[in-house]
Amino acid sequence: MQAFALLLENGRAGPCRPFPRAEVSAEQWTALAGHLAAGELVLMGLWGDAGVVHMALLDEASGRLAVATYVCVGGAFPSVAHYHPPAARLERTVRDLFGLVPEGAPDPRPWLDHGRWGVRHPLGVNLPAEPEGDAYSFLAAEGEGLHQIPVGPVHAGIIEPGHFRFSCYGETVVRLEARLGYVHKGIEGLMAGAEVAQAARLAGRQSGDSTVAYALAFSRAVEAARGVAVPARAHALRGVMAELERLANHLGDIGAICNDAAFALMLAHCGVLREKVLRVSARAFGHRLMMDGVIPGGVAGDLAREGISAIRVLVSEVRTAFPALVELYDNTASLQDRTVGTGFTRPDYVRQFGAGGFVGRASGRPFDARRALAYPPYDRLPFEVVVRTEGDVNARIWVRIREVEQSLGLVVRLLDTLPEGPVAVEVPPGPGEGLAVVEGFRGDVLAFVALETDGRVKRAHLRDPSWFQWPLLETAIEGNIVADFPLCNKSFNCSYSGVDL
Amino acid sequence: MRKLLLQGLLKAPLTEAAPEDAAVEKLAAELNGAARARLGRSLSIREVDAGSCNGCELEIHALGNAFYDLERFGLHVVASPRHADVLLVTGPVAKNMAEALKRTYDATPAPKWVVAAGDCAINGGLFAGSYASDGGVEAIVPVDLRIPGCPPTPVALLTGLLALLRAGKG
Repeated sequence: MQAFALLLENGRAGPCRPFPRAEVSAEQWTALAGHLAAGELVLMGLWGDAGVVHMALLDEASGRLAVATYVCVGGAFPSVAHYHPPAARLERTVRDLFGLVPEGAPDPRPWLDHGRWGVRHPLGVNLPAEPEGDAYSFLAAEGEGLHQIPVGPVHAGIIEPGHFRFSCYGETVVRLEARLGYVHKGIEGLMAGAEVAQAARLAGRQSGDSTVAYALAFSRAVEAARGVAVPARAHALRGVMAELERLANHLGDIGAICNDAAFALMLAHCGVLREKVLRVSARAFGHRLMMDGVIPGGVAGDLAREGISAIRVLVSEVRTAFPALVELYDNTASLQDRTVGTGFTRPDYVRQFGAGGFVGRASGRPFDARRALAYPPYDRLPFEVVVRTEGDVNARIWVRIREVEQSLGLVVRLLDTLPEGPVAVEVPPGPGEGLAVVEGFRGDVLAFVALETDGRVKRAHLRDPSWFQWPLLETAIEGNIVADFPLCNKSFNCSYSGVDL
Repeated sequence: MRKLLLQGLLKAPLTEAAPEDAAVEKLAAELNGAARARLGRSLSIREVDAGSCNGCELEIHALGNAFYDLERFGLHVVASPRHADVLLVTGPVAKNMAEALKRTYDATPAPKWVVAAGDCAINGGLFAGSYASDGGVEAIVPVDLRIPGCPPTPVALLTGLLALLRAGKG
């Protein structure tokens, strides 16, 4: 871990706040990749910039996070994926967007670039290109009796678009390969050069279901960059919003997973609870999904007394209704028959990929950014990080169930101890660089922001938790039947928009 | 389970009244109903996410919950464009989704309507001007009805869809 110790040491005086960042040599870069491969570090992100690549690394044992930056010589950098497969899609993205080439990369195919933009390397030295669409070669699965099932990008349900290529033997899935990038909107291109307020709105729309988490991650990175301290009341209100978002999504997911096992009753009841959370969120914070509620410097509006009592009523309603639903899930054998043992995700893969959220915690990885990289208001709050070890659909449901209960407790506690005072401070425009990690309902969202002297955004990158969850879905479905894919997919509930950028 | 089911029978329904008539009429008037074939009292809807952040999908999903109960109006979401009367399109139309949207439109039998749901679908919203977006549904397929919002609330979506039904009858 010498290379990481050196990075921590050199990065202390670096430009990034509050985590160290330093330029590294090719040897150090490769040595860090070696630490990743050896399981000593966790890859938290890998993203491009003008002529450089950044790699965020976490030492889980000590809770230390640092960013290594490699200045690309001749537009290339040593591939991390060559040693550590979780970096593969991130590197393909760096090449698509910036034209920086990962040398020795195991997978030379493009990822987000489908050949439709009319331009190559839109964020780097861009080249015009005919938007004709590129062919894409899926990984092969060969053998007698194998057949392929192509699904998407337009799916049967009301979900985001992506393409899944199943190779099957009879009903059994031999290989699944996902091709994403269909909802690439060019968020990072739009953020570069934008005012901070505009960039915050964009951040809140990288993945709409996690809008609070994204806005919070972005805002915390901006505040770190500018050295701004947010008022205590704003921290608490951000916590309330983040937990309401977690509640709404978990309740929706629990119902939807059961519905994919043809148990519609759970969806109906969980749907009612989810709707109640959204309505109270609208009353308390002015928007059902609380979009644009978190802003750099604090929160957009104060929580009125009426809002506080509405949230308290909501918590008691969910506390009354939820246990019967948990009991229903627990006691319905036909439902458990579908969820127990289905979509097993190996604990070693979860550790290797650094998968967070319910995907990681259902397979024994106890990582929760609220605890591991504690930030206000969670640094002063007691809560349990829910962990299961079975790694199947059932475990992912149970993690959600227990997290619903934890979130209810957190909301009450935050309201009980709500500090008085202002809810926002002004962020003075100016240069700086910040990094933040925030726990969304799906897992840890990482935000990197560099600001220009005039306060505009120079470069922003938000890394969705699903980067490290999507590849595991491909492993989880192996050996399961095709008909169980919706169930497995919903239990992962990965974001398409969040990773398509 | 029996207790839950029994409660469902005994308690008053959660389902709320339909959105105000005036709002529906106003939207229906904007539609060129006369040029359309009568579709009866029912519409089949195929949802297409053409680059949305998923916010619109969440609210479209909510239409199915007990409070809004979309199906009581004869509106239902179908799995294939070949079964659909209406394409409900969200997102600024990512260039990577443009062909899929066009193909979905072509696969939908006439008469058909296209609803652009959400600010992004109407004009690209926050993503207008991106190298990766076509700046709204209109750029790819003709649009009959626009439902603004970021995302539109379930009531706004319901009002728009009911206006379609009304126009179809007219």
